[in-house]
Amino acid sequence: MSMLTPQVGDIPLPDPGPISTPYWQGCREGVLRFQRCLDCGAPTHTPALLCAACASMNLEWVDSSGRGEIYSWTRVWRPVTPAFITPYVPIIVTMEEGWSILSNLVGCEDNAVSIGQLVEVEFHHNGGPNDIWLPYFHPRSP
Amino acid sequence: MGHPFRDVAIVGVFNTKQARVLEGYDSQTIALEAALGAVADAGLEPRDIDGVVGGIASNFLYQSRIGPAWRSMSALGIPAVIEGAMAIACGLANTVLIATGEAGSYRQHASTAPWTRPTNEFVAAYGMFTAAEFALMARRHMHMYGTTPESMAHVAATIRNNGHVNPQAVYSGRGPFTADDVLNSRMVADPFHLLDCAMTSEGGTALVLTHADRAGDLAKTPVHLLGGGTDHYGPSYQHPPVWDLGGVRRPDLIAGHVGRRAAEEAFASAGLGPSDVDVCEFYDPFSFELIRQFEAYGFCGEGEGGDYVMSGVIEPGGRHPITTDGGTMSFSHGGASVQLFQRVIRGVQQLRGECISSQVANAEVAMCTGGGSGALFTDVLLLGKDRP
Repeated sequence: MSMLTPQVGDIPLPDPGPISTPYWQGCREGVLRFQRCLDCGAPTHTPALLCAACASMNLEWVDSSGRGEIYSWTRVWRPVTPAFITPYVPIIVTMEEGWSILSNLVGCEDNAVSIGQLVEVEFHHNGGPNDIWLPYFHPRSP
Repeated sequence: MGHPFRDVAIVGVFNTKQARVLEGYDSQTIALEAALGAVADAGLEPRDIDGVVGGIASNFLYQSRIGPAWRSMSALGIPAVIEGAMAIACGLANTVLIATGEAGSYRQHASTAPWTRPTNEFVAAYGMFTAAEFALMARRHMHMYGTTPESMAHVAATIRNNGHVNPQAVYSGRGPFTADDVLNSRMVADPFHLLDCAMTSEGGTALVLTHADRAGDLAKTPVHLLGGGTDHYGPSYQHPPVWDLGGVRRPDLIAGHVGRRAAEEAFASAGLGPSDVDVCEFYDPFSFELIRQFEAYGFCGEGEGGDYVMSGVIEPGGRHPITTDGGTMSFSHGGASVQLFQRVIRGVQQLRGECISSQVANAEVAMCTGGGSGALFTDVLLLGKDRP
């Protein structure tokens, strides 16, 4: 068992593009943002030009509650590069607003993960040329 | 209207030597060796080729001075075979060479292989690579249906044992393996143990298609394309691999069942169903994907794949033997594209009856696949001995 924490090594960091810049700016401000369609109301992530439900280009950025539940998980023991400390736990989180995000679980023992577990976002300052704050998720109570 | 591929046949196939490391080769040289091997297997000369698929085959086009010729840059497995067949069916080319190879691109193993590592801004920072992507799919299936690591391990042991008895497999003679051997190997990305996963290796492969009217005069028994299809949801490894990811046109076709539509189209074109398949040359990036494919293609119901693979059908001598050369777990995983052709190569060898190991007696229909749920695509090709 080991306590899961954000990665602090020289991991590959995002290079935001024109579509994703508002998302990463939100992370810098401590807010998880997603896109919502002004025509049909559906949420979209990862950042896109088109609504995932109706292909409208009429999308707005809105703040997420930052809360969700674990949809699936894995626990990695063979790191993708030596920069990653193992074990780490990639998760897919279904957010309260109905969209999905890939992240890592932190703030609990590595064997405490399960599908359906309630989680909440936190942000970790990785820095780099784009001053990146990465969203991670930790367990929460109902 | 006749069958779209009635006038097409696969007449040449060739795998070069496959190895963890092929000293003295690079991707170009091993691919060209594969190309010459496939042309020779067909009983043809380079000058008989008037169409090529793939960047490295394009180099063969130049070196052998067989241009001007038809060329496609499609390079990733079954879609390339279908495109080559379409070129012949449409009269754009008479004889098409498809060749690829990889050597020398992955020699430092501190990191996972370059083709396993995404660069996308929403996954790379979270340590994602292919094993983790596919594990997220497998874990969801376990949650929904109670699928067990034991059933996955049985799949891996079966495929690895096919490689164990194959003298041409990279891991020839490494077994035999039991499911316990798989379960006792070190964990890579839960639920996948080391032996649940594809290997990394080097090698080349190639195949030649020509007009069916000419195929009868060539060296080997022609093999026909009974049907095929490709299911893709978008770029691989850039977005969360969500089992329930759906589309707006057919909401029932979620990413967890990717390949179902391709299989439906292939079976419809062939006038066949799963029970007609004698050899399941299914792509095997991770053990779970075999369980998933049997469900996706309709061999069994949703959630029944774990029990299905434990029922005696997938082993040599079973009704639907899988991945008979050892697949990417034991035969070879030669890089970004090589292994995506090798299910087709093996399907052809099975229907010719020329396999030096695990030959399926009187095989008439082979189902060859590529891709997988974690990559958000699956391609299907049905091969047969009889001209459609």
